[in-house]
Amino acid sequence: MTAPLKPTTTVQATSVLGLGVYRPSTVVDNEQICQWIDSSDEWIRQRTGIVTRRRAPADVSVVDMAEGAALDALRDADTSAEEIEAVLISTVTHPYQTPSAAADLAHRIGATPAAAYDISAACAGYCYGIGQADALVRAGHAKKVLVVGVEKLSDVIDNHERSISFLLGDGAGAVVVGPSEEPGISASILGSNGEKWGAVSMDSSLLRLRDALSEAQTTGDASRLLDPEERLWPTLRQDGQTVFRWAVWEMAKVAKQALEKAGISTTDLAAFVPHQANIRIIEELAKQLKLPEHVLIGRDIVDAGNTSAASIPLALHRLRAENPEISGGLALQIGFGAGLVYGAQIIRIP
Amino acid sequence: MADKNEILAGLAEIVEEETGLETEEIQLDKSFTEDLDIDSISMMTIVVNAEEKFDVKIPDEEVKNLTTVGDAVDYIANAAG
Repeated sequence: MTAPLKPTTTVQATSVLGLGVYRPSTVVDNEQICQWIDSSDEWIRQRTGIVTRRRAPADVSVVDMAEGAALDALRDADTSAEEIEAVLISTVTHPYQTPSAAADLAHRIGATPAAAYDISAACAGYCYGIGQADALVRAGHAKKVLVVGVEKLSDVIDNHERSISFLLGDGAGAVVVGPSEEPGISASILGSNGEKWGAVSMDSSLLRLRDALSEAQTTGDASRLLDPEERLWPTLRQDGQTVFRWAVWEMAKVAKQALEKAGISTTDLAAFVPHQANIRIIEELAKQLKLPEHVLIGRDIVDAGNTSAASIPLALHRLRAENPEISGGLALQIGFGAGLVYGAQIIRIP
Repeated sequence: MADKNEILAGLAEIVEEETGLETEEIQLDKSFTEDLDIDSISMMTIVVNAEEKFDVKIPDEEVKNLTTVGDAVDYIANAAG
């Protein structure tokens, strides 16, 4: 008989201990957007709710923004970096396939040798991160986990296309997840629908750019590289109608599942913080869920645009700053996006 | 096959609720975008509500073929038939 393995020490419950954000300084209003696409401030506000979006300058990286949010979250959680045993970054805009943004961040903030890895789940990435952090702590893998949702979407947009680019902004939000006496994070609902893989997607892969570079080097003809119509740098596109239908009617079902798994109803909520995709998705989702009037709804999209994995913590942070009384209350958060993928859970607001 | 006048009346109610347009304005020959100024997101809300009301399926790829109110009424009539 081989030696028995020592059982893992597990934890019964977890909660979000602190919340922090980083908002880039550059504000892009609709007038600026209309320099690139034939539209108007009024049209953009009506269709999306967006008045401005924040975008980071060239010298501010994904990890820079993640660091700003992480340090803010550690302060809010009254936690030192040494206590962090896992760093998870949800992002689709870290411009290196490897190494991860999380390993760099863990080193920068002094959280080594924490486990560190990135999560690619687009606009659902933050909820995936919370689900994983909850599981890591409860399973005894890490005492405290730092979860960051960060995007520099301005690096992967084509300002002249009309399906998605004008919606998008940059930013970061972070939380610290740790053990708690009472459950502060409900069971997560995580899922995907790869049948709609192309509904929100990059318009090509980096291999196309590599092959064009190779061709130019071989032939000495760089005309393809210089032709803007070739669009060799991959940028985001979406089928707005398909995404809208899925994001409202399918996600309303997921939100209800999350409430059911948590054993609560909408009347128990203090806040509803959906991914900030489009104000009309947010309003229609709220309508489908028949939220009572007292439930505050995150509408950070108006000033911040759609920041993918960062949008939920950014919106929650703003709701709490403007309504400090919701601290200690329950928030239903739901992320959904490219994949298509989705994630939802209820958290107690730190 | 479902009665097209009934479908038109039901569809007009859905469009009225989504857009605030009077039901009398919702005629078979009206274009959703050109005449009724209904954008793509409102159109999807109308489609989902119509699916529920008439117990039919209108796939995403069919929605772009529904140019006029008449197109939608025909599609629903055939799907429900």
